[in-house]
Amino acid sequence: MALIETRDLGRVYNLDAGRVVALDHVSLDIEKGDFVAVMGPSGSGKSTFMNLIGCLDRPTGGQYRLAGTAVESLDADGLATLRNREIGFVFQQFNLLPRVDALGNVELPMIYAGYDRKTRRERALQALGRVGLAERAHHRPMQLSGGQQQRVAIARALVNSPSLLLADEPTGALDSRTANEILGLFQELNREGVTIVLVTHDAEVGRHAHRLIRFKDGRVIEDRRQEPVDARDLVPEAAE
Amino acid sequence: MRLIEAIRSALSAITANALRSLLTMLGIVIGVAAVIAMVAIGSGARNLVDQQIRSLGANLAIVTPGNVTQGGARLGAGQASTLTNEDAEAIRHEVDGVVAAAPFVQGYAHVVAGGSNWGTRIYGIDLDWFSAREWDVADGRTFDPEEIRRGDIVVILGQTVARNLFSEEDPIDQIVRVRNVPFRVIGVMAPKGQSAFGQDQDDVIFVPLDAGRRRVIGRNYAKDGSVGSVFVKFANEEDIEPGIESMTELLRQRHRIMGEEDDFSIRNLTEIANTASASANTLSMLLAAVAAVSLLVGGIGIMNIMLVSVTERTREIGLRLAVGARPRDILSQFLIEATTLSTIGGALGVGLGAGAAYLVAQLAGWPSLVSTNAIILAVGFSALVGIFFGFYPAQRAARLDPIEALRRE
Ligand SMILES: Nc1ncnc2c1ncn2[C@@H]1O[C@H](COP(=O)(O)OP(=O)(O)OP(=O)(O)O)[C@@H](O)[C@H]1O
Ligand SMILES: [Mg+2]
Repeated sequence: MALIETRDLGRVYNLDAGRVVALDHVSLDIEKGDFVAVMGPSGSGKSTFMNLIGCLDRPTGGQYRLAGTAVESLDADGLATLRNREIGFVFQQFNLLPRVDALGNVELPMIYAGYDRKTRRERALQALGRVGLAERAHHRPMQLSGGQQQRVAIARALVNSPSLLLADEPTGALDSRTANEILGLFQELNREGVTIVLVTHDAEVGRHAHRLIRFKDGRVIEDRRQEPVDARDLVPEAAE
Repeated sequence: MRLIEAIRSALSAITANALRSLLTMLGIVIGVAAVIAMVAIGSGARNLVDQQIRSLGANLAIVTPGNVTQGGARLGAGQASTLTNEDAEAIRHEVDGVVAAAPFVQGYAHVVAGGSNWGTRIYGIDLDWFSAREWDVADGRTFDPEEIRRGDIVVILGQTVARNLFSEEDPIDQIVRVRNVPFRVIGVMAPKGQSAFGQDQDDVIFVPLDAGRRRVIGRNYAKDGSVGSVFVKFANEEDIEPGIESMTELLRQRHRIMGEEDDFSIRNLTEIANTASASANTLSMLLAAVAAVSLLVGGIGIMNIMLVSVTERTREIGLRLAVGARPRDILSQFLIEATTLSTIGGALGVGLGAGAAYLVAQLAGWPSLVSTNAIILAVGFSALVGIFFGFYPAQRAARLDPIEALRRE
């Protein structure tokens, strides 16, 4: 059983200006432990697809099973619980809470999971250690660089040990060197078994994945496996 | 999320915008402060009236000559009083529920002892006075019935007079001269303190009724046995109204009044007290209503700022939803924030109001009364204001669509 199974997944927006088919009969399986890059031109439905498999949005057609759960059958609270336990999000704009330090930001998903304070502290510190930011635990987002902020966001996404990490343009706001570091982190996490789906415009970023899915006008036009470049190999090059 | 943690995070949201939060709270602070201060001052005033009446004596009516309802006609100097001690005697014996009927005359005189001299009020009284006023001697003794009957020239001093004339010396059996009449001091009254109007009630001397009439106060009292007024004390509060009716009947008969205006009037002092405290009540109710309006305005202020806050923090809400917050988690977060805000405002208001009440009480010389009930009520009510006015903004936050919220700048 694949981690993600979509069958004829569709999303239609009914606007005053007319019908917009953002996603058109998408049927895909994504296996556990895979690293998938989703690419395609602007408006092709990449974010729409991510929002659907991230349980932030509901499809207007088709079926979606996440880790065997039929998502259509869940109510708002059920979706919230699923997002909390099974999915970690990484955003282009980091979306950290500005008033709270790195540790507090990483703790956030565990608050809704109902962990006590002590457990939250421990696990958040552990997650920050995993992204190499243990010593920045008490810095606020404003006191961190863009790359560091994105690491905090990744720690937050990982802290509840989700089965799926979703990243929509995670390197979009970073320079190429920092972007490479973040991609290296993703690859490392992937090697440790985290399933990753990543949206990008950047072909260079897309080359870090094991599988590449290309969207156009809400449909999948290309789906192939590839030999990924290793972010570690690019480090000296980018440093020049 | 546990409540304490929710409150802690609400506090951090509130302190993040300290000035704005403070300004938002101001409506609640002022409203609660007004309620607390008004209730405290109102009950202080009411207590004052009660205390004043109590210091006069409970269940008391006063019979005065002349008809007060007739344009407040009062007895002028030299005019004969229509009230006599026989009237008092009759009231004492014939009206049900009467414990004491104390006729008295009063005047003002200089008291001389040795080299000292002191101007004070002088009362001519009989033995009923002590039970009517619930006031007794502290040193020496009261008059004996014979002294009252004969009108002996003996005197009981108030504390203030005793102190001023004799300081440390024992005044008992000393001679004081009033209008050149030598009175022998037989007792000193217990201290009574200030009256509600700041009058020193211990600045007074008492002599037997007849001695007062003949030797000191004079006027026409001596000729016809008339008295200034009569205090009538009843056993129970319920006896007063029927008692006043039968007194009126009795005095009309005795004064042979048929049809024309009464030549006396009777006032129920307990009723006066009740009226006074009722109007104090009305006043504080009115002020409380004004304060409630101010609380309402404060609540609207909170609603306004919470709506702003929800708009400002739309992305935060989107993120919380994305990481697994349920709509009801968001609802309770903002509800708790609004309630924390209003409750802190309420607590500040209690402090401010209690301070103001204390100040007023100090200035007016009243007992300061901020009751625990009023505090609990005020803080509880401000919490309710927060819940009520915070609900709509919180619901708006909880109903946000996570994708749209995350996309919002
Ligand atoms: N809330 C919405 N209401 C109406 N139409 C929408 C909405 N969200 C997306 N769309 C439409 O759906 C289509 C797909 O949008 P989507 O955001 O998935 O594109 P994308 O591939 O992520 O593009 P980009 O690379 O620019 O982020 C677009 O045509 C867009 O206009
Ligand atoms: Mg997009």
